[in-house]
Amino acid sequence: MGTTQILFWFLSVLAILSAIMVVVSKNPVHSVLWLIIVFFAISGHYILLNAQFLAIVNLIVYAGAIMVLFLFVIMLMNLNADAEPQKNKWLKIAGVIAGGALLLVFVAALKNADLKNQIAEVNSGDIGLIHNLGIALFNDYVIPFEISSVLFLSAMVGAVVIGKKD
Amino acid sequence: MLLGIDWFFILEKSILIAAIISLSLVVAMYSTWAERKVAALIQDRRGPNRAGIFGILQPLADGLKLFMKEEIIPNLSNGFLFVLGPGLAMLTAMMTSAVIPWSSHLELFGRNIDLQIADINIGILYIFGVVSMGVYGIMIGGWASNNKFSLMAAIRGASQIISYELAMGLSIIALLMLTGSLSLKTIVEQQQDHLWNIVYQPLGFLIFLVCAFAECNRTPFDLSEAESELNFGYHQEYSSMKLGFYLFAEYVNMFISSAVMATLFFGGYDIPFINDASFGDAHGQNLLAILQGLSLFVKVAFFIFFFIWVRWTIPRFRYDQLMRLGWKGLIPLALINMVITGFIVLLKANDWHF
Repeated sequence: MGTTQILFWFLSVLAILSAIMVVVSKNPVHSVLWLIIVFFAISGHYILLNAQFLAIVNLIVYAGAIMVLFLFVIMLMNLNADAEPQKNKWLKIAGVIAGGALLLVFVAALKNADLKNQIAEVNSGDIGLIHNLGIALFNDYVIPFEISSVLFLSAMVGAVVIGKKD
Repeated sequence: MLLGIDWFFILEKSILIAAIISLSLVVAMYSTWAERKVAALIQDRRGPNRAGIFGILQPLADGLKLFMKEEIIPNLSNGFLFVLGPGLAMLTAMMTSAVIPWSSHLELFGRNIDLQIADINIGILYIFGVVSMGVYGIMIGGWASNNKFSLMAAIRGASQIISYELAMGLSIIALLMLTGSLSLKTIVEQQQDHLWNIVYQPLGFLIFLVCAFAECNRTPFDLSEAESELNFGYHQEYSSMKLGFYLFAEYVNMFISSAVMATLFFGGYDIPFINDASFGDAHGQNLLAILQGLSLFVKVAFFIFFFIWVRWTIPRFRYDQLMRLGWKGLIPLALINMVITGFIVLLKANDWHF
C-alpha cells in the first residue's frame, strides 16, 4: 500500500465512524462536533484527489460557517442530555424508513452507472485546481455561475436591508 | 529514498516547522511584554522592570506563574471539551503560519531551501479556512464551562468573528483581482517587481485591518472578554495554563495576522528601495534571504506595535455598534471597493478604452 492508499482508508474509516457517531451521540453538541470531523475527512478526500480549492471551500463554508450556526442554535437552546425531551418512538421509526428510502434511491441510481471503469485521478487530476476550475466556471458555465452569485449577493443585501429597518 | 519518500525533504520541513513554531511562540511571549511596556509608556508609568534588565524576563516569570497555578475543572462542566477548547484555540493560531513566506530561499548543502512551509496555490484561502476554525476554540470552551457568562461571551465572540470574516473576504477579493493568484509567494514576488499593494488597495487594506482587529478579539472589538459586562468572558472558568493558552493564542493570532497584512499589502519579505535580485547576485543568496527575513520582521513588529497602540488608545465598542460597523459599514464599503477595482482592472485589460 502506498501513502495515498493508507490515507484513503484512514479518511474513509474516519468519515464513516464519525458519521455514525453523529447519529448515535446523545448530546446534540457532540453530534455537531462529530459532523465537523466528517467534513474534515471529506476535505481530506478532496485533497487526495488534488482538488485543493474544493477541499478548502468545503472547510470554510460547511465546517467554518454553517456548523458554527448549528452550534449556535443548539447551545442557545441548551439541550442537555438529561433535560432533553424524549423523542417519540414513531418519529424514530419514520426517520429510519426515510433514511433507508434515500439509501435505496442512491443505490438504484448508481446501479447502472459505469463505476468499474472509472478510475479516480488520485494525485494527478488537475480539474480541481483553482486555475482550471476558474477557467471552466467563467467559460463553460458563466451564466449559471453569474446567476447564482447574484442570488448570493441579493441575499446578503437583503440581510443588510432588514438590519437597517429598525 | 526509503519507501519512495525524500527523507531529506521531510527533515528540512520538520526543522522549518519547529523553527517557525518556536519563533511565533517567542514573538508572542515578548508581545505580552511589549504590551505592558507600551501601555506603561502611554499611561506615563514604568511598566514591568523587576525581572531582568528592563523587565526582559517578565514573560518567563508570567509563564512560570501560570504553570504553577492550581488546575481547576468545574464539576458540572464537560471534561473533554473543556480541555479541548484551549487546545483548539492554540492549534488554529499556530497552523496559519504554514503558508506565509518568511523569506526567499537559502542555499545550503547544495539545496535550495524555501523558507515557507508549504507554497500551496490556495494560500490565502487556507488562512481563511484556519481562521474560521478558530471560532470553535472559543465556542467549545465557553459552552463546556457550563456558565451563562461564558456561553454569552462565546456566542458574542463567534458571531463577531463570522460577521467580520465576510467583510474580510470581500476586501481580499479586490486584492486578488489585481494579483490574479491566491499563492502568497506569488503575491510577494509581484510586489517586488511593482509597487506594494497598499498603493493600489488603500481602502481594501483599511477594511482588512479593521477586520483583523475583530478576528483577533482585540480592543476595540474585545466584546467577548468585556469584563464589565461578562465578568471575565469565555475563559472565566479556566485557570492555570489552560487560561494561559487562551491568552497566548490571542498574541499568536496577533503575530500571524501582522505577518499576513505585511505579506498581502506591504511587500512581504521585499526590502524597500533595493532591487532584491541584483543585491542577491552581488552579496550572495543567503545574506539576501536573512535580510529579507529581517525586513518582514520589522514590518511585523510595526504592526504588533500598532495593535498594542490601538488597544491603549481607543475604548471598547458597544455590541450593537460593533455589528452596525461590520454589516452596514464595512460590507457595503468592501463591495464598492470590489466593484471599482473590477472596473479598473477591466479598463486596464482593454487598454484604457471603454
